[in-house]
Order: sequence, then structure tokens, then C-alpha cells
Amino acid sequence: MNRMNLPFDPYNVIITGVGGQGNVMASRIVGNMLSRKGLSVTIGETFGASQRGGSVMSHLRISTGSSWSPQIPNGKCHLIISLEPTEAMRVLATYGNPNVKVLCNTRPIHAIGVISGDQQYPDLDEITAWVAELSEAFWFLDATEKAMELGNPILGNIMMIGAAAGIGVLPLDRKDFEAALAENLSADKLELNLKAYDLGVGMVQ
Amino acid sequence: MSSILRGEAGTRHLLMGNEAIARGALEAGVCVAAGYPGTPSSEIIETLAGVSAQQNVYVEWSVNEKVAMEVAAAGSFAGLRSMCVMKQNGVNVGSDFLLHLAITGTRGGMVLVACDDPGALSSANEGESRHFARMLEIPLLEPADFQEAKDMIKWAFELSEEIKNVVMVRSVTRLSHASGNVIFGKLPEIEKKAFFHHEGSIMDPLQGPMSSLPVVHKHDQQQEKLKQAVARYEESAFNAYSGPRSPELLLVTGSACYLYSKEAVSLLGVEDRVGLLKLGTTWPLPPKLLEKYLGLTDKILVVEEVIPFLEENIKISAAEFAARVGPKTFFGKREGYIPQVGEMNSDRVVSALSKILSLEYEAVPESYSQRALELSNSGAPGRDLTFCAGCPHRASFWTIHNTLQMDGRQGFVCGDIGCYSLAMLPTGFNTLKTLHAMGSGIGLASGFGKLAQFGMQQPVVAVVGDSTFFHAALPALINAIHHQSDITLVVLDNSGTAMTGFQSHPGLAVDATGNQAPAIDVVKVCQAMGATVRVSDPFEPEKTQQTLFELFEIQGLKVLVLKQMCALSPEKKAKKMFEVSVDETVCIGQACGCNQLCTRIFKCPGLNWDKEKQVSKIDEFICVGCGMCASICPSGAIRKKEVA
Repeated sequence: MNRMNLPFDPYNVIITGVGGQGNVMASRIVGNMLSRKGLSVTIGETFGASQRGGSVMSHLRISTGSSWSPQIPNGKCHLIISLEPTEAMRVLATYGNPNVKVLCNTRPIHAIGVISGDQQYPDLDEITAWVAELSEAFWFLDATEKAMELGNPILGNIMMIGAAAGIGVLPLDRKDFEAALAENLSADKLELNLKAYDLGVGMVQ
Repeated sequence: MSSILRGEAGTRHLLMGNEAIARGALEAGVCVAAGYPGTPSSEIIETLAGVSAQQNVYVEWSVNEKVAMEVAAAGSFAGLRSMCVMKQNGVNVGSDFLLHLAITGTRGGMVLVACDDPGALSSANEGESRHFARMLEIPLLEPADFQEAKDMIKWAFELSEEIKNVVMVRSVTRLSHASGNVIFGKLPEIEKKAFFHHEGSIMDPLQGPMSSLPVVHKHDQQQEKLKQAVARYEESAFNAYSGPRSPELLLVTGSACYLYSKEAVSLLGVEDRVGLLKLGTTWPLPPKLLEKYLGLTDKILVVEEVIPFLEENIKISAAEFAARVGPKTFFGKREGYIPQVGEMNSDRVVSALSKILSLEYEAVPESYSQRALELSNSGAPGRDLTFCAGCPHRASFWTIHNTLQMDGRQGFVCGDIGCYSLAMLPTGFNTLKTLHAMGSGIGLASGFGKLAQFGMQQPVVAVVGDSTFFHAALPALINAIHHQSDITLVVLDNSGTAMTGFQSHPGLAVDATGNQAPAIDVVKVCQAMGATVRVSDPFEPEKTQQTLFELFEIQGLKVLVLKQMCALSPEKKAKKMFEVSVDETVCIGQACGCNQLCTRIFKCPGLNWDKEKQVSKIDEFICVGCGMCASICPSGAIRKKEVA
């Protein structure tokens, strides 16, 4: 198996979102893609009660060595892939640092406190400015909106994976994406996912 | 999930810890696997159920953990390799049988897998299963990573077969639910043949009846078995030391804490000062190995989660070896270096190491972390846990809560374990007033219902889910009926063990492996026991409320079964019942007097408040079309149209 050069070893990625958004699936796809490259991948995540409307995170540790702990230490994240805008803020507070990169889907999911009017959801412009202040590089992508044009909002996650490949910090390959998905998807679904992946790559280029 | 069968020996795969455990069991030639669903253990049985036909494994979701242990033990008694799987509190449930099994011994290798949840990430407790190994005198193993999770299970079967007793393997959430790379071993081709030998003498552990009698004799044999296990532990590769020959500090750890400890040492760059002793065989501790490493230095830090299990056992050993290894200074939980509650992480280990070694550590510049925290606190509204959109529990608790309010006698509801435990929170209108173990809601209600002689007039209600009903509520229900306790039990029947991912239970017509199975009818069971039973649909709040009021008037034990499938079940997700919409000409917003009942009180995530138009609106992506909000809108602005 060929060894990759990583910008950091371990390279730490957090995929975050709200329970039900497909966080676990997205982390598994990215993990599988990198594992196929011969890299050692450790993914830490929480399931169960935390799924019910709560914030969820998957921690990916990518290394040319062995398994790392399933939780990234505070302040040590290199790339945040956020499926929901305010979740990027929450992750930055604990795991961010001046050199972190952020990929963020723009579609908000309102927490119950926002629906009830007890709390306010910030404007996207505000969130963008905050993320800009706290990161080295950032991309805000209308992934859910684009995915709806393809007929299924969940494809937004695939676009985010494509975008992560597009920014070029990790050895994420379209071929590995295809192979990771081919194990579990029918041919027509695979084609739609590849289309979403390519759109994602295009969004950051 | 079936990917655990794909791939030859020697190939490398990305597996969840629980999948690695399942693969290990298959490589060991497991024949019987039984468990009860519970986070973080559920995927082990699920994974095995998915391959049971190809691999000829008998897999079941047992009614509870005690029965799961008994079913697995039967396999072992008949000479087969068997496994039972549960979360931490499941071991409590099974412990009565386990006490007797541990004295009796086993035949075919038998492994008990307990998955603990330090930090209670998905539990109502952060209880420890490890002390059962010490209390009941059986060997305990703790894997530290994904490869070990697989390899250790296989070895546990071999050890069990060698010493003829059950072996416990303890995982934790951060291993069971994390994923990592695992190199596959071979799947064995063995003949699986069951036969229970019972014709020999009671003193014959291989040919005689299986029992703990005569107790003192068998207990003595049990302790001999432990000594055999310790002898194997002394040579085990699951215990490993890394670090300098004469470290300043010896860090002893195991389980997922090994990965945190290793990372903390690397973050601080103290590889040349700290020796890391990773223990995989954590009870009983192998004395020779421990003596060797305790002799390396005078300072010992023990890193583990929740109770100081390892720490106390190491201290006992250090006292025993004191004459040879000299006095030690310990840095652990008792000394305040490692927290006694919550889960471990690298930062906690960094903090302990920094204190002991007098080091400064700053993960990021303080100006950055303060600013990030400030922005996050003001800019990321908190996400309280909530029932899903279209969850029947929200509808059930809406009605139960309102009925008790209208009744006006300060009635209350005893809660139980499942998604519906969330009704302790605003999403269930804070309806639950007690929450304990599986089945404890009805047990507590049984007691409350007998307090009238001391002047208690409050209506007593208990809720229980369909899976929990079978697991542990039945004995309490029998108790309540026999003692004529004046209570109402509401069974929240959503057709599955929803919280842990729709595992089957005895009330369903299907078993763990997808085969048809006779369903046990909750209504008939309750009727047969003499309860007054009614059935209602929680999505019909008026009828449900009326039924509850009627039941409150009847003396004795009443059961209301609220039947409606979980909104996340595959059948439900396939099709909306209703198209729901808001007629903006009818919704009069703040002028209504309802005070935004739908979004402010009912708070289904499928609803939103349009700030500009000042009307309620439906979020098309999130709404699953249950139609409940249409039933509660006082002005009739929320409309539902049946989907053809």
C-alpha cells in the first residue's frame, strides 16, 4: 500500500451537524476512502439519545501510523466539515485554532429553542464573519439547495465530501469514493452520488 | 453491515468497534449469541444477526439480559462457543444468574461482552460493569483498540474453554461506537454439534449436571480457574510496556484510555520521561508482570474512567510487593489527579501529567479560545434534545400532561427507559417525574398506588415502552395487580425497540434474524392478568384524553395502550399519512390568544414560526405528516389532507 504525505500526522477532521443529517454515513464514506489509500483511520462518534435533535460530531483521525484516540484533543482540529452553520461555531469553540479550515453547508436547522422563540438564530452573514475570524480558510456552500435540485437534500452531504476533496488537503480520490459507495449502492444511485460529488468538487474551485 | 464477511484473512478493513467484536466472535467459531439492545452494545448482535444464516450462528434478541446469559450458557453447556452481549446495566440485570454460572463453570467457551458508557453519552447512568468480574470472580479483559477488540474476543473464547468458566470482555462507548482499521483473521470451518452431557456425577464438571452445588467445593474450583487465567495473563501480549527503561513516572492504563494516554504523552512530548503500561488483562491483575513494572519507578499514575477499579487493585498489589519494590507515590482518582466521574479524553490526561511533571500546556492561544467561546455562546443557540418530528411520544405526553393538568389533583407520571425518557425534558412537557431502571416506572407506581392509607390522593400514572414492557415491567405489573394498586399504566407501543435502532422484541411477529415469530399481545397479556385495558391512537388526542379520564374513575389497575408506529421506522418513513399546511388567512398569530401553542408549547421540529408574516408554517423537509398539530390548533388554521 502506498503511503501518503499528510499536512499533519494525524490529520484531524470533524464532521458536524444535527442528529438525522447523515453525519455518521458521511464520516464512514470519508473514512473508507482514506482507509483504501492505506492510511490508518480512526473515527469517533456518538449515537443514541444525542441523535434526537442534538448536535452531533464525528472525529476523524487520519494517520500514516496506527490508531489514534477517538476524540480529537481541544484546539487540534485541522478541517471542519459542517453540515449546518451554527454547528461550525460550536466545534470551533472547542476544537478550533487559528490554522483550521472550515467547509460549511449554508442550510440552517432550527433548534427547538429557536422554533419556540426562546432563542434567536443568527444571520448567515454574521456566522460567515465569525467563521472567517476564527479560521485560516473557509468555504460556505449551498449544498442542500443544490442537492434539492438533484431531488434529495441528503445528497448535500456527498457534495460536502466532494468539496473536501476539492480543497486538496487530503488524498481523497473520486475512484475511492466510487469504490466505497459501490459496495452498498445500486448503479443508478451511484451515478447520482457521483454527480453530487463532482458538483461538490466544483463548488470550491 | 454484512461487510464483516467480505475479505480474506490478512486483509485490512475499517470497522466499528462493535463490528470488530462480532468479527472476532465469528473467527472464534461462535455458535450462539444472545443479547438485549442497549447503547453502546447493540451493533454486535445486529451484525451477527445479519450473517447468522451464512455462518450458522443462532442469534437472538432475548427478552432481557438475564435470559440472554441463560440462553448463551445453554449453548456452552451443550459444548458450543457462546456469547452474550449487553450494556453496563444489563450486567446488573443478569448478575444473579452470573453469580451461579461463575461457580458452576462452563463447557464450550462462553464470553460475556459488556459495553460500558462512561460519561453516560447514551444512558441514564455511568455504571461500571468491571466490578462484577471481581465480585463474581471471573476473568476480565479490556481491549484498547479496534484490532484488539477483535483479537481479544477470539482469545477470550480460548481462555474460557481452557479454564472452563465464563470470561468477561468489557468495551466502552468510545471503542464500541468508534471505528478503526482491523486486519481480518481466518473464519474457521468447524463442525458445530450440540449435546448436553448430564449423566455423570454432580462432581464431574464435564459429564455431570450443571449446578453450583456443592457450593464450597465448586467455589474452590472456581478460584483455581482464576489462578489458571492469571498464569496465562502473565504471558499475554495484550499487556505491553512502552517507554524508557527508568521512567520518571509510570502511567498504567487500559481500554480506550490507552489511546488518550498515548496521545497525551505525545502532545506534551514526554516520551522520554513517562513509561506507559497498557493492561488488557485487568482482573485479576498478573502479579509478576505488575511487580516488574512497578519496580521501574516510584511515581505511578493510573488513568481510567469512572471508578478507581484498576487503581485500587494496583494499590493492593503495590502493598503486597512493597518489601521488594519499595514505597510508591500514586497519582490517581483518590489523589485528585484523575476525575471520578465522566469520560476520559486526552486533555484530561494532559492536565494530570502537566500537574505531576510541572509542565505548562496551551492547546491554542488563550485569546483565540476565549473569542471562539464567546462567539459560540452568543451565536450558536443550544440544541435541547427533542422528540423527532411526528414522534408519537410527543402526542402521547401532550395528552397525558394536559389530562393530569385538567384533573387538578397534582397527579404525576413515573417514567421508564427508552426514547420517551426525554419526557423529563420540555420536549415531553416535563411530564415524567421519576426515571430509573428498566421497568422501574411501573414498580414505583405500584408503590405510590398503595399510599392512599397515608392520605395520598394524587393520580398515579406510569409509562412504559413496548420493549421495556417485556424486559422488566411484567413482574412489577403483576405486583401492582395482585396488591390492587390504584394506578394507570400507559404502554407507549411504537412497534419496536426504537431508541437503539428498531431491534425486534417479543411483541413483534419477527425475530432478530428476520424470521417470523409468534407475537405476544400486550393487550391480551394485561387483560389475562385482570387489568382494565383500553387502546387508543395518540394521534387522536381528544379520544385519548377522554379514555384517560374514564380510566382515572375506575379503581385498581388500568392499562391504556397507545399504539402508533415510531416516526423513524422504515414503514412510517416510506409514506406520509397527511399533507399538512397552514392556512395563512386563518392563522391569526399573536391575536389568536393561543400564544403560539403549536411552536411555543407543542414544539414539533416540523413547525416553524414565520416572523415576518406572524403565522405558523410547516417545514416541508422535516414534517413527516402525522397531522397531530392540526388536531391541537385552536383556530383550525393547520389543515391536514390524507395522502392517497
